[in-house]
Amino acid sequence: MVKAGTLDISAVTEAVESVVDPEIPVLTIDELGILRSVADEDGRVVVTITPTYSGCPAMRQIEDDIVAAVRRRGVHDVEVRTTYSPAWTTDWISEEGHRKLAEFGIAPPTALQEVVCPRCAADSPRLVARFGSTACKALMVCSSCGEPFDYFKSH
Amino acid sequence: MPPQDPDDRVSALLAHADDNLVLAQRLGEWIASAPELEIDIALGNIALDHLGVARALYTHAGDLQGEGRGEDDLALGREERDYLNLLLVEQPNGDFARTMVRQLFFDAYQTPLWEDLSASDAPVLAGIAAKAAKETAYHLQYSSSWVIRLGDGTEESHRRAQDAVGALWRFTSELTEDDRASYRDEWERLVGAVLGEAKLEVPEDPYQRTGGRHGYHTEHLGYLLAEMQWMQRSYPEMKW
Repeated sequence: MVKAGTLDISAVTEAVESVVDPEIPVLTIDELGILRSVADEDGRVVVTITPTYSGCPAMRQIEDDIVAAVRRRGVHDVEVRTTYSPAWTTDWISEEGHRKLAEFGIAPPTALQEVVCPRCAADSPRLVARFGSTACKALMVCSSCGEPFDYFKSH
Repeated sequence: MPPQDPDDRVSALLAHADDNLVLAQRLGEWIASAPELEIDIALGNIALDHLGVARALYTHAGDLQGEGRGEDDLALGREERDYLNLLLVEQPNGDFARTMVRQLFFDAYQTPLWEDLSASDAPVLAGIAAKAAKETAYHLQYSSSWVIRLGDGTEESHRRAQDAVGALWRFTSELTEDDRASYRDEWERLVGAVLGEAKLEVPEDPYQRTGGRHGYHTEHLGYLLAEMQWMQRSYPEMKW
């Protein structure tokens, strides 16, 4: 248990930054760009996040995971706030995030005509369904290797 | 003009929240019974977007009210007469064509609405609207493409799409009656372009029904609320 006044905010921040997205477990919430800030408000840790999509069902899980991550650092007074302004955009996904998405088999967000197959890198895949397995993805199929894959919608 | 009085601001937020909640509930009725798996997933996704917008607006309305009412209280703890949603969104799903025409009419209404509200000087509302604007643009592409495909498709799909336009047209003047004239222009431009390409005709009958924004609903809303509110009514204040 950490006593008031001895809060190590940088360690807590590091812990929060390493929380992963439950739907895309290769990406941290920091790489995904939904973590806005971690602040020390008189001994209380206040974490501010912003949703990717208004109805993203993973947000609740992410909140719970953030609280758990902070508590594992011995800080029990923690609050997660959701902000809608400014609105999240896929531009906030880091370079590292883009690389990890492709490695995981998800085409990172880009203009639809520039999407390449994450497996064989062939261009001009076909859009199968505009809405995919989660709110943030669409379903495509490679016109070269024939594999279906998720595409992270540019938003 | 956007209302400035705090009570009016809360009412306006509730009206938009109710639109999105009721439509989300309707779209959710398709889950596991849509024509194709991809459509099932798409309608579920669109419903989730609407539900998310509704939750954010209810929470914000509750904060402005300052009476300690949260999103669940406002979404599930009001009577039918207190709901301020448009009559269009409470109309039954009907067949898939009916659902897509309803979606097109609503998306075309929300397009100028969110664009306008995202420039609002109220930061929370502006943020919610900016997020919703992107989602609505995506919904509009989906509903437009289906209305065009059905209207300009087979004889059967055309007949069904035309029936849908005929049945729902009477609920369209309400969409923009309380808002700015520019919303109406934009709505007519968006819908007109799609219906034209879909080879669908606008009914000549000028009869229009309104009243949703003032709490006067069609017979369908009560049944929808009964199902949606059942859990909270039976187990007050229950949480997942």
